[in-house]
Amino acid sequence: MPTITYREAVRHALAEEIERDEAVVLLGEEVAQFNGSYKVSEGLLERFGPKRIVDTPISEAGFIGMGVGASMLGLRPVMELMFWSFYSVAFDQILNNAANVRYMSGGQINCPIVIRGPANGGTNVGATHSHTPENVLANHPGVKVVVPATPYDAKGLLKSAIRDNDPVMFLENTLLYGEKGEVPEDEYLIPLGQADIKREGTDLTIVTYGRCVLHSLAAAETLAAEHGLSVEIVDLRSIRPLDIDTVLHSVAKTHRVLIVEEQKPFCSVATQLAYMIQRDAFDELDAPIKRLSTIDAPAIYSPPVEIEQLPNPKRIIAAALDAME
Amino acid sequence: MVRIRRFEERSLRAYQAKKIGGFLHLYIGQEAVAVGCCSLMGKDDHIITAYRDHGHAIAVGMEMNPLMAELYGKATGCSKGKGGSMHYFAPERNYWGGHGIVGGQIPLGTGLAYAIKYKGLHGAAMAFMGDGAVNQGAVHEAYNLAALWQLPILFVIENNGYSMGTSQERSSAGQLAKRAEGYDMAWDACDGHDLYAVRATMDKYLRRARETSAPAIIEIHTYRYRGHSVADPDNTYRTKEEIEAYRQTKDPIQNFQNRLLAEGVLEDALIKEINDAARAEAEASVAFSEASPWPTVEDIQRDVYWEADNPSQRTSTGQLFFD
Repeated sequence: MPTITYREAVRHALAEEIERDEAVVLLGEEVAQFNGSYKVSEGLLERFGPKRIVDTPISEAGFIGMGVGASMLGLRPVMELMFWSFYSVAFDQILNNAANVRYMSGGQINCPIVIRGPANGGTNVGATHSHTPENVLANHPGVKVVVPATPYDAKGLLKSAIRDNDPVMFLENTLLYGEKGEVPEDEYLIPLGQADIKREGTDLTIVTYGRCVLHSLAAAETLAAEHGLSVEIVDLRSIRPLDIDTVLHSVAKTHRVLIVEEQKPFCSVATQLAYMIQRDAFDELDAPIKRLSTIDAPAIYSPPVEIEQLPNPKRIIAAALDAME
Repeated sequence: MVRIRRFEERSLRAYQAKKIGGFLHLYIGQEAVAVGCCSLMGKDDHIITAYRDHGHAIAVGMEMNPLMAELYGKATGCSKGKGGSMHYFAPERNYWGGHGIVGGQIPLGTGLAYAIKYKGLHGAAMAFMGDGAVNQGAVHEAYNLAALWQLPILFVIENNGYSMGTSQERSSAGQLAKRAEGYDMAWDACDGHDLYAVRATMDKYLRRARETSAPAIIEIHTYRYRGHSVADPDNTYRTKEEIEAYRQTKDPIQNFQNRLLAEGVLEDALIKEINDAARAEAEASVAFSEASPWPTVEDIQRDVYWEADNPSQRTSTGQLFFD
C-alpha cells in the first residue's frame, strides 16, 4: 500500500470526486493559481481548469454564503477556508443559512456543501488563527462535523463528506498535512460517524480525535514502556454524527476514561462525551471521567509555551496517570 | 397585487386576534415590486428575499392556504410550521426564501446565480433586500463576487425609506444603487408604485442578465403603510400625514386600477369581483389554517438532516441527535 501524506490524501479525495461528479467544484482563497496556501490543492487547477478550481477574494461571508446558495440549486461546492479560524466572519452563512435552511423550509431544500480547512493551534500564529470550533459547529443541528487524524481517514471521510447531502464541516490540521500514512490505491469510503480504535488496550480508554490522536499514541507507548499501562485509543473521527457506541464499548472493557481534545474546556466536545459516558456507563466506571483540554485562555503566541497550552504527549501521560489513581 | 393585499389584511386581523406568533412584517404598499419582478420570471429564473416575504410568495404563485397555515404554525404550512412568517420557501417555484437576517440572503442569491451560470442555464437570479440591508458587509461581498465573476443576478433594493424605524437619510450615505459604480456594475432606479415602470426596468436588466450574464443593482422606490412589523408602534419616525399622502396619491393597486379603468380594460364590476375573490380566498385560508393540525413534538426533529429524513439512503452511522 502506498504511503502518502495527509495533504496528498486530501488532494486525492478532491481530485477523485471532482473527476467523478460534474457538480463538485472547489472554491477558496488561493486554491487555484497559488496551488493552495498549504498546497493541498496543488496541481488541481492545471488538471481540472478554472471552472472547477476557483480562486475567491478574501471574502469569507460572501463566498461561503455563495457556496451555500449554489448547493441549494444542486452544486456540490467544496469551500476551503484558509483557516477554520476565519469561520467567525462567515458564521451567519454557515450556522444560520447552511444549518437552518433545510429546517426552515420544512425539508424542501438541502445543502450538500463541504466547508474544509485546517483548525488547530500549535503553529505560533496567536489567538485569531488558532481556533478549534468543532464544538461550536456541532452545537448546531443541521451540520455534520468531521475531524480526521490520519491520511487514510482524511481521504475516505472527505469523499463521503462530498457525497453527503447535508452540510459537512471538515476540520483538517496544518500540523498533520505533512504526516504520512498508508492509503490504498483503490477507491474506498469511510462512513461519517464511525469511530476507529487506533490502539487496543485494557487499562484505560483515551477518547480523542484530530492531532491529539497522534499525541495519544505517542503517550501510550511511554505509558506502556515506563508504567506498564495498556491504553486503548478511540479516535472519534466524526463529532456529529457521533459514534458513542464504540466509546461505551471501550469503557466497558477498561473501566477508566480520559478524554483528550484540542479544545477550550468550557462546553467542549469532552463535556458532551463525559455527560454521555456517565449517563450510559456509570456502573462500568472505576474512577471519575477525566479530560485533558487546551489550557483555558486565548491561544498564546510564545512558541515554547504554546506547546504546553495544548495537549501534548507529556501532558497526556500526566493526565493518564491521574486517571489511573 | 390585490391577492397579496387581501391576504395580508386578513393575516393582520389574525395576528391581532393572537392566532399568529412572533413577528409579522407586512408588505402592504409595496405590492407592485414583487408582482412586477416575479411576473417576468422564466423557468430558469430564481428569487430569494428577506423577511418581508409574503408578497413574493404570492407573486410566484403560492396558494394562500399553506401561507396562512404557516403563519398559524400549522403542519399544513408551506414550511410545515417550522419557518413562520419570515421563512416562506417554494423551491419548486424557484423561490428560495424567506430569510430572517438582514442582508444574509444576498450571498445565497449570488450562489443561485453562480449555479445558473455554472450549469449554463438561460436564467437569472433576483436577490431582494430592503434599504436597511445595503450597509451589511455580506451584501458588499456579494456585490463584489457578482461583478468579479459576471454572475447573472439583479440585486433588487426595495427602498421603502425606512430601515425599521430609521430613515434612509439617517442610516445610509449616498444613493443606494449608485454604490454599484464602485464595483463597476450597472445600476438603475425606478418607481415602485407603478407596476409598468417596475416591469419595464426589470425586464431590461433581466434580459441583459440572462443573455450576457451581467449583474446590476436596481433600486425600486416604494413605501410600506404598516410598521416595520405589526408590533412596531409606527409613530416615532414618520407622520400619519406622510403615510396618508402615499395612500392617497401613490398606492400601487389604486394607480394600476385607475389606469386600467381609463384604458377601458377594467370595469367596476370586475374590480369588485377580483376583490371579492381575493377576500374569499383569504377567508378560506383562515378556515383552512384553523382546521389544520399542529406539528407534533416528533416533528421537531424532522427536516433537520436530509439523511435522517431519508433513512433508507443514509450512508453515515452514529448519533445525529442528542438529548
